[in-house]
Amino acid sequence: MEEYRLELRNVSKSFGEVQALENINFQLGQNEIVGLLGDNGAGKSTLIKIITGYHQPTSGEIYFNGRKVDNLTVPKARELGVETVFQERALAELQTLWRNIFLGRELCNSWGFLDIQRMRDETHRLMTQSMGFTSHAISPDSKVGKFSGGEKQGVAIVRALFFEAEIIVLDEPTMGLSLKETAKLVNFVKGIKQAGKSAIFIDHNIFHVYNVADRVVVIDRGQVAGEFTTKSISIDELMEKMVHVAETGSLD
Amino acid sequence: MNTETDTSTPAVTQHYQLPFNLRSFARRNSAQLGILGVFLTLWLIFIIAAPNTFLSGQIYSAFMTSTPFFAIMAIPLTIVVIAKEIDLSFPSIMAMGMVAFSFMYNGTAFLDNVTIRVFLAIIAALLAGTIIGWINGIIIVKVGIPSLVVTIGTQFFWRGAVLVLVSGANFGLEYIKGTVFYPLLVGKIGGFVPMQMVWLVVITIIGWMILNRHRFGAHIYLTGDNIDSAELMGVNTGRVRIQAFMFVGLVSAFAGVIASFYVAYFWPSLGSGYLLNTLAAVFLGGTSVFGGTGTILGTFLGTFIIGSIDAATVAVGLTGFLTQMIYGFIIVLSVIMHTYLRKRGE
Repeated sequence: MEEYRLELRNVSKSFGEVQALENINFQLGQNEIVGLLGDNGAGKSTLIKIITGYHQPTSGEIYFNGRKVDNLTVPKARELGVETVFQERALAELQTLWRNIFLGRELCNSWGFLDIQRMRDETHRLMTQSMGFTSHAISPDSKVGKFSGGEKQGVAIVRALFFEAEIIVLDEPTMGLSLKETAKLVNFVKGIKQAGKSAIFIDHNIFHVYNVADRVVVIDRGQVAGEFTTKSISIDELMEKMVHVAETGSLD
Repeated sequence: MNTETDTSTPAVTQHYQLPFNLRSFARRNSAQLGILGVFLTLWLIFIIAAPNTFLSGQIYSAFMTSTPFFAIMAIPLTIVVIAKEIDLSFPSIMAMGMVAFSFMYNGTAFLDNVTIRVFLAIIAALLAGTIIGWINGIIIVKVGIPSLVVTIGTQFFWRGAVLVLVSGANFGLEYIKGTVFYPLLVGKIGGFVPMQMVWLVVITIIGWMILNRHRFGAHIYLTGDNIDSAELMGVNTGRVRIQAFMFVGLVSAFAGVIASFYVAYFWPSLGSGYLLNTLAAVFLGGTSVFGGTGTILGTFLGTFIIGSIDAATVAVGLTGFLTQMIYGFIIVLSVIMHTYLRKRGE
């Protein structure tokens, strides 16, 4: 049997009395794009934050490539190749572009002193090659707060790519993007598939998810309500099911 | 951290270099240029109004003597404010450091060597300051109480501890004058540059290095700018903030040592006049109370503006009663200037 890139077994998470996730079983295959669907507050973001090590599950187990990982933290998840484009974008808007690209893992020597020239060089390269920023108004020393929504999202995505991710998590990446920018993003997710990597894609827009995902997992009230391969279900059926889940809490 | 994974990226052969552009340089450094402008303007006013005083070296020697006592604390305090925190307890830490100093000195009487005893006493002071800073940090980060509230409390607590531990008494420190530490900490180079000024420069350079060229400083800016983003991206925001408070504690204890050495005397009220001067210097220098922005150079200039107004007012021939009004005027005006510059820079 092929090992899953990532597997959650019976993962639960509660915040005080609020049960955010209950016995979640979730798998992400090698080179698979999984779409995560669910209403607001269904627990998608909590699930993502467990995978990225930001939250620790109350109970349950996490496996990377078949190996169990305890006490997953953000740096540990990164070492395991998880990169995330967060819904909240996770940018520091008063800081320069290069500081944002290298946020949390600055290039430094063994004494912890920063290699600023290299970070600026790499940022410049990423800007011109991957982000498509050609405007002279934007340089590695520009402050990110001045950027448009699409540019900010570009920063968050390119940041995820630079660090050789194996699993790319996209949490509501199309939020606040223009149509053109959204099309670019969908292409980018398809590019992840071609590059042989895995991704988890969360979006409100069921069309975007259906378009790029191999498999769709529906989450409702902290539980997995069902999953379908996109080959086996039409978009209309999927939409019907989603409405049904939202109303009744179950698929049938 | 996982910097190893980054080395696999192709090396960039061509260095990115922005063509020098005066306007973008000015915008990027607007806060520092702004405060430099205030500094030079005030200086010019002083020279025109009191040329005899401000064209002789003596007044500068005097500034360099008195300003460093609070200026050195403004450096780590700048780092704390950039991290969107505040510390009001440093004046009490100055005194607590000296209490640890005297306890260590008195407790090592068996050593029979004053230099070694004073050395150990200085270490004890620095250690005490660092530990108090650590306690501040732990309460703020782990319990989650705003630093403003915590350090108001610890400021009272440690001042009270000083009074209890020395029974409110002041005492002389004549014995330090025989040790190498006296000239090293508060001596004068060539009879003109006081050693405390040298220490201020050293601490300023260290502060600048760790804030602008070290991962610690990068994380300070990120934490102060957007703590949620920093956390999501794996910055240990608790640890960097605790370290920042420890740095304030360490440097405050050091300031307490040099201020006491200078007069060779210990007062239990040591440091109590420095709270607002030091904070004013930080804000004057363009550090934002909202976190995420601020510079060491700005603070450095700010301390000398604050440190010179007192003497300058008198030298210019104004009544001493005016000094506080002038302080207030310059502080408010500078902060308005910084706010305006920040808005334009965005």
